[in-house]
Amino acid sequence: MKPDDLVIVRPEGLYCPHGDFHIDPWRGVPRAVITHAHADHARGGSQHYWAAARGQALLRERLGKQASITPLAYGETARFGEVTVSLHPAGHILGSAQVRIVHDDGRIWGVSGDFKRDRDPSCDAFEPFACDTWITEATFALPIYRWTDTREIAAEIFAWWQACKADGQSAVLFCYSLGKAQRVLAELTGFTDETVYVHGAMPGLIKAYRAAGIRMLPTEAVGNIPKGTSFAGKLVLAPPGASGTPWMKRLHPYSTGFASGWMRVRGGKRRLAYDRGFVLSDHADWDSLLATIDDTGARRVLVTHGHGDALIAHLTARGIEASMLATKFEGEGGAAADDAAERVDSAAAE
Amino acid sequence: MKRFAALYARLDDSRATSAKVEAMRAYFAEAPAADAAWGLYFLSGQRLKRLIAPTLLRSWISDATGLAPAIVEECYAHVGDLAETLALLLDRAARPQPPIERGLAEWVAWLLALREQEVEAQRTALLDVWARLPLDECFLFNKLLTGALRVGVSSGLAARALALHAGLDETLIAQRLMGEWLRVASTARSRHERPAMNGRAGGGEDGLPAAVKGDSLANHPDSAAQAFAALLAPGSAEAHPSQPYPFCLASPIEDAPDAIWDAGLPSGLGPVADYLAEWKWDGIRGQLIRRAGQTFLWSRGEELLNGRFPEIEAAAAGLPDGTVLDGEILAHDGAAVLPFAKLQTRIGRKTVGRKLLAEAPVAFVAYDLIEWLHEDWRGRSLAERRAQLETIVASSAAPRLKLSEPVSADSWEALAASRAEARERGVEGLMLKARDSRYQTGRKRGAWWKWKLAAMSIDCVLLYAQAGHGRRANLYTDYTLAVWEGPNPGEGLLLPVAKAYSGLTDAELTRMDSWIKKHTREKFGPVRSVEASADAGQVFEIAFEGIQASSRHKAGVALRFPRIARWRTDKPAREANTLADLKRLLPR
Repeated sequence: MKPDDLVIVRPEGLYCPHGDFHIDPWRGVPRAVITHAHADHARGGSQHYWAAARGQALLRERLGKQASITPLAYGETARFGEVTVSLHPAGHILGSAQVRIVHDDGRIWGVSGDFKRDRDPSCDAFEPFACDTWITEATFALPIYRWTDTREIAAEIFAWWQACKADGQSAVLFCYSLGKAQRVLAELTGFTDETVYVHGAMPGLIKAYRAAGIRMLPTEAVGNIPKGTSFAGKLVLAPPGASGTPWMKRLHPYSTGFASGWMRVRGGKRRLAYDRGFVLSDHADWDSLLATIDDTGARRVLVTHGHGDALIAHLTARGIEASMLATKFEGEGGAAADDAAERVDSAAAE
Repeated sequence: MKRFAALYARLDDSRATSAKVEAMRAYFAEAPAADAAWGLYFLSGQRLKRLIAPTLLRSWISDATGLAPAIVEECYAHVGDLAETLALLLDRAARPQPPIERGLAEWVAWLLALREQEVEAQRTALLDVWARLPLDECFLFNKLLTGALRVGVSSGLAARALALHAGLDETLIAQRLMGEWLRVASTARSRHERPAMNGRAGGGEDGLPAAVKGDSLANHPDSAAQAFAALLAPGSAEAHPSQPYPFCLASPIEDAPDAIWDAGLPSGLGPVADYLAEWKWDGIRGQLIRRAGQTFLWSRGEELLNGRFPEIEAAAAGLPDGTVLDGEILAHDGAAVLPFAKLQTRIGRKTVGRKLLAEAPVAFVAYDLIEWLHEDWRGRSLAERRAQLETIVASSAAPRLKLSEPVSADSWEALAASRAEARERGVEGLMLKARDSRYQTGRKRGAWWKWKLAAMSIDCVLLYAQAGHGRRANLYTDYTLAVWEGPNPGEGLLLPVAKAYSGLTDAELTRMDSWIKKHTREKFGPVRSVEASADAGQVFEIAFEGIQASSRHKAGVALRFPRIARWRTDKPAREANTLADLKRLLPR
């Protein structure tokens, strides 16, 4: 951090001294700009929030009805002290945003929040903007992470579902309740119009997506189905935390799958002992992280969470000033994909 | 290779043994015979050795991807498998066109030919192949290249699948797969390294060394196809002179029903007189074969040891033709067994000089007689086999061939008292073998038991952690553990004494992984040092089978088979043991 930086790290989170507001603070503060509704980015306790209008309903699910929120349309500006702030689509989940901060002296900073560049019919696509300094996530910032076209992965999921159907099993796909589940439901509309059954953590979030006009397969909560009904041949979506719990009993016999970027590496898949791994991530892969830095034209890059070392080394060798920003976003902890199971609700770092 | 890649994916995806066996059976049935032969070779855990040094592969990957070596290293530390790391790094958006399609046997021949080429030619060839293989095949190709194809299949399971395919008895297949059934020929290798000239399965060969016959012929897919056909041929066990029998293995007595125990004695096994008790020696289990005027010495790992223990081969020369002994290779001065550390200086040495022969002499201590005068004695009782064995050893009079002396006792109490002397004698405990037992294949519970001493243990402080491999990839699971230099606990330096890889549950490993990441002091490539002082750190109780003085270790001691017995979350680091505590356990 340098003395006149537009964004610095304070004990309560990322902070802009020139505008006196925080971004995704992890403690209550007077003014909080929120990038998206995952729990490690949207925490309660602040006096006032600014967030993308597209994600307002989801944010209310997280913060409660009484939270004071100013919705901002993508691109709409808000004035804080010496800076002008606007939010831009990040492509991570519905209503996710990058934060653009323009100082009166002409400096422009960008904060990525969590983002991806891959196809996702359940949210607005990432829109790059130019900036001098770019603060980026780095969850999958190793060159071994490269995502396959989402439609190919959706086809794999559908083929597995059909194979389960042929074997008289239910296909239980573990995926995060906010974001990944809706993305899968939206992608699968290209293959079928069959009803998908979902864990009780999901219906409220799915409803918010439907209200925002996202087209998805019809869904029904497992809990609403009379006891003793067979789920053979059905696709069931559940958060990873439901794996191995008594909730699974009524789905017998089943095959399990996990949709996550961590499934790219066999070790992770074998450790978690799911039958199938589908490489589907809501974070940027290595190529996207680099392409995005190129798009912004930033000469200085600050890395918040994930595999920062490799990215920083790579950028430094290319003449871009790069360093780490110590934040409490789910960084390496997310790498042990199994402890994600304990943070089902947060659904944060994949 | 597509077919083998698909098999690998199926094996990787299925957890049920039956599904794995069926996947392999189908592969053996469908694949061309030469491919099936090599598939079987890899599935049963064998590998192509010394192809290309991993350090070279890493630097070539840097060239191929334009990534800095440090980033390749970080990826490797994250993935925990070199072949997979390389394949993932090479998998870029542009798909290879046109892809290469070669059968597994063709790839093996290609790789073995590559081994003989100049480094620069190797590099060019690999960069070309890497650019053209799709992800799954590139991964498998790299697995063959790095020699680490592990897919959760034991050689027994592969044998079972082959037996199903062939419609033959599993024991017969297992026996045919013992030793070198498929030959990997190479130039420039000494006779000592390659003493068994012919794959038995090849049949009717002329006994010339591979180097004389030439590689191109020996590694040709036709040879592999013939070897595979021979495995499937009807009939009973063939008789190539080098062919060993599957070893009979003992079960830990802890696996016996609890009901056998009475006041700490396994008296429920029956009268003590019904059992032959022997010391459980800590050496190399071996099978010594004298047939057709030749000697063959096999390890339990189905490795032919000829050339490494010339004393034993010399001793065997006096045995009658058609003799097969089961026993232990031990460092032995002719009068007494020497410490394992002596034997260690011989392990891995393919040729032995006069000096080493004098400093670390060995002997074959015989446990059992498996074949006598060309007759398979496995169906006879242990009592009968032992009686004949004693006669054979006595009449051979070779100083390097010994009998494993029985530990006599007229009661279980007396036997337990003998067992208590095991540590002083430098053995691991006792073997108990039912006198009426046949010599069985593998570990069949009930007739042979190992009654080991309880392990020793000590409380250590975690000093370094490294990410594991395979299913533990990207989790910090490999620990270097230390004791206090002293004089008192919590004082002086922390001295590393053991590396431990196992003993914690998956949940504990995950918790520790998270702790390690949050309490890292320094990173050295894939290794992290963690907080460890009198006031901070993690304590683990380490169990181990033995301890020896060692000048190669900083602490001056080396532990045998250390593993984590318990995570002592109740103990602060200042209360872990000292080096003096550990040295008190050294044998006097």
